[in-house]
Amino acid sequence: MIVTALAIPGIINRTRALLAGRKGIPFVQHLRNVRVLLQKGAVYSTTTTALFKIAPTIYLGAAIVATLMIPVADLYPLISFEGDVICFAYTLALARVALILAAMDTGSSFEGMGAAREALYGALIEPALMIGFATLALFCGYTSFADIFEYEQSFDLHLTIVMLLTAFLFVKITFVESGRLPVDDPRTHLELTMIHEVMCLDYSGIDMGMIQIAGWLKTACFSMIAANAVAATGCFHWWFAVPLAILLTGVSVGVVESSQARNKLSRNTTFIVTISALAALIFFIGYLLKLNINI
Amino acid sequence: MKYYTTDNLAAAVALKDIPQVEYAALYEDVKERLKDENCHVAHYFARAEQNELKFYLILLDDKTHTVMITSFAMEYYDDIALPSLTALHPQMHPFEREITELYNVEFDSMPWNKPLRFPFNRSNRNSTMDNYPFYSIEGESLHEVNVGPIHAGIIEPGAFRFICNGENVLHLEIALGYQHRGVEHEFAATSNRLRQTLLSESIAGDSAVTHAVAFAMAVEKLIGNKADNNLDIERCVALELERMAMHIADTGALCTDVGYQLGQVACEALRTVTINTTQAWCGNRFGKGLIRPCGTNKPLTTEKIELIRRNVEDVRRRYNEVKEDIESSPSILARFEQCGLVPKAEMLRIGGVGMASRASGVKRDIRSSHPYAAYASSIEHHTIRQHDGDVMARLMVRCNEVLQSADYILKMLENYTPATIAKPDYTTPLQGESLAIAMVEGWRGEVCHVAITNAEGEIATYKVKDPSLHNWMGLALAVRGEGISDFPINNKSFNLSYCGHDL
Repeated sequence: MIVTALAIPGIINRTRALLAGRKGIPFVQHLRNVRVLLQKGAVYSTTTTALFKIAPTIYLGAAIVATLMIPVADLYPLISFEGDVICFAYTLALARVALILAAMDTGSSFEGMGAAREALYGALIEPALMIGFATLALFCGYTSFADIFEYEQSFDLHLTIVMLLTAFLFVKITFVESGRLPVDDPRTHLELTMIHEVMCLDYSGIDMGMIQIAGWLKTACFSMIAANAVAATGCFHWWFAVPLAILLTGVSVGVVESSQARNKLSRNTTFIVTISALAALIFFIGYLLKLNINI
Repeated sequence: MKYYTTDNLAAAVALKDIPQVEYAALYEDVKERLKDENCHVAHYFARAEQNELKFYLILLDDKTHTVMITSFAMEYYDDIALPSLTALHPQMHPFEREITELYNVEFDSMPWNKPLRFPFNRSNRNSTMDNYPFYSIEGESLHEVNVGPIHAGIIEPGAFRFICNGENVLHLEIALGYQHRGVEHEFAATSNRLRQTLLSESIAGDSAVTHAVAFAMAVEKLIGNKADNNLDIERCVALELERMAMHIADTGALCTDVGYQLGQVACEALRTVTINTTQAWCGNRFGKGLIRPCGTNKPLTTEKIELIRRNVEDVRRRYNEVKEDIESSPSILARFEQCGLVPKAEMLRIGGVGMASRASGVKRDIRSSHPYAAYASSIEHHTIRQHDGDVMARLMVRCNEVLQSADYILKMLENYTPATIAKPDYTTPLQGESLAIAMVEGWRGEVCHVAITNAEGEIATYKVKDPSLHNWMGLALAVRGEGISDFPINNKSFNLSYCGHDL
């Protein structure tokens, strides 16, 4: 998981540099940046309260807990219990709430706007996430990640269809959750258009480093779920799932960010609701296949 | 109504030849004339002459290619309120604001008479940036967003106050003046013409060539020395290179703002080639040092011509590919089309000029309406227009103008034979008691310089009008009703100058 989390930003940067015909920054540049950040102290605005100071800790803590619940193909997760898929989703929701509250705490109009947007998109992506988990749970009959992905090792056409579709769904969710194009643009310098970045404007030094690490972990969680789903169709081993997770997200995000313009902000809602609709469709397909109806 | 009629090529006019009229007559006449879309005000300013406050009004008629000058006077300490022309024609707005700010002249029934640029010699010293009277609306569901005046990036300072309903902008007010350096005052403060030339190059860094050409033209008119044909061509090549570089840079900036990486990196590379071409010619990427009154220090040579032609041809071909890419990307069209609309009627009312006005369908281009230099002789300029008035239209005007500029450069250099061009002239005395108007179509739009000399032949008053003066209002209108997150692309699509406005 750690390898995945650390490698994805590097892969994204390399893909973008390659497609732009540039030399690009070194693969480990993001690690160096964060190392510098972690060595620095933090500067706090006088308008903020304790809430602002603990938010990055909650954010990172929640992301770590969530990460521990995700299996890496045949490697069993550290935390696993019946219903941990729900727990996973709401641990991440807790992280989001912490950051939103911290952003509003600063009293800046930019951060207020960012918080409003993040809250809206967070609420909109939730159905997609839950329906996605429901599809897996329904098809496999378990509500724990570890059990879901260990459900069946033998080749099964129905399983393959559902798993591949679910993988596609989770890659899409990754785009939204990790604030990449076409929903959010992590590279922009324009506060008025930012979503995730603008909420972290007042953070500096070690806090900023923690937020970035948490962001990588979140991205890694979702890519790993997608990779697990693909791996479950055939080669269910960690040495297959890890590179797959890295490449799946890294390359797809890199290609999209190079070749496409960002959505108009008002179209983002449509984009996210479409993902939910897709999730519902996949759920329905999964249900039909489960009933063994030939379509 | 009496006007002194001239054009953009004629020599300076003696002050005594400018008719002086009554304000009432002028008011009635201008009121009617500005209803015609072919007519707009190039400049309107006041200056103290003995015990009088003398107002000069310069009107442009695009159809007859003429420049019309008239004036009126009032006692310096008179406190009669003049009926405001802004109330009828908002294009008079910045001019009347400036006159009030400097001389405390009251305009009756003038809406929005706020300070313009806080000059050091303003009449009301208590009016400062800190107490700028921002407009505000009360409402439960409304909130204000203030951007600036310290910008996080490298962009210049300006305060933008948005009044928003959720994500939608109801109103944007732009308060400028932070960059005021007293440029106009500095022109009159020195009699060293080289220093004045350098000053003109630094009015707005992105339009160094444009402002320098306008200054050089004004000086040449006051000397009575017309630039020779070769010098005209070299100046136009420099102007078109500047236009290409800036339009390409803005295309790239628009791509950056919507996160379209391919367009961004391609345009950045092309802009570098273009400005490096200017550097190879004169040693400065922005063309500083290239334009000098009555001559040049950097005449074109056969090798330089060859280099410029090769680079321009290359840039033209590659830029055309970028343009086709942009036109065929649905995700980009979705961002740019129907975003930031400024209808033609509004653009005319606010007196919009330059490429922003042409994107709204207004045919306003000094190169064709009041030709100067090579546009008056070897090149017949065809104005490029779009009709939608949205971000896409402004981008397309840019794209097409880059290609057109490249064609003009290639055409001008095709049959160009380098000959000895005179060295710059900084010493010939200027004609005394005269007024010279020089207008140049820069990449952003119409630049108008007005120089008035005293009896000793020194510049006594120098007035500069940058296209940004009017077009800032266009930006404020464009974002009304748009999402606040679309403000950056609207801002880039106009790309207005802060220092050109603030002077």
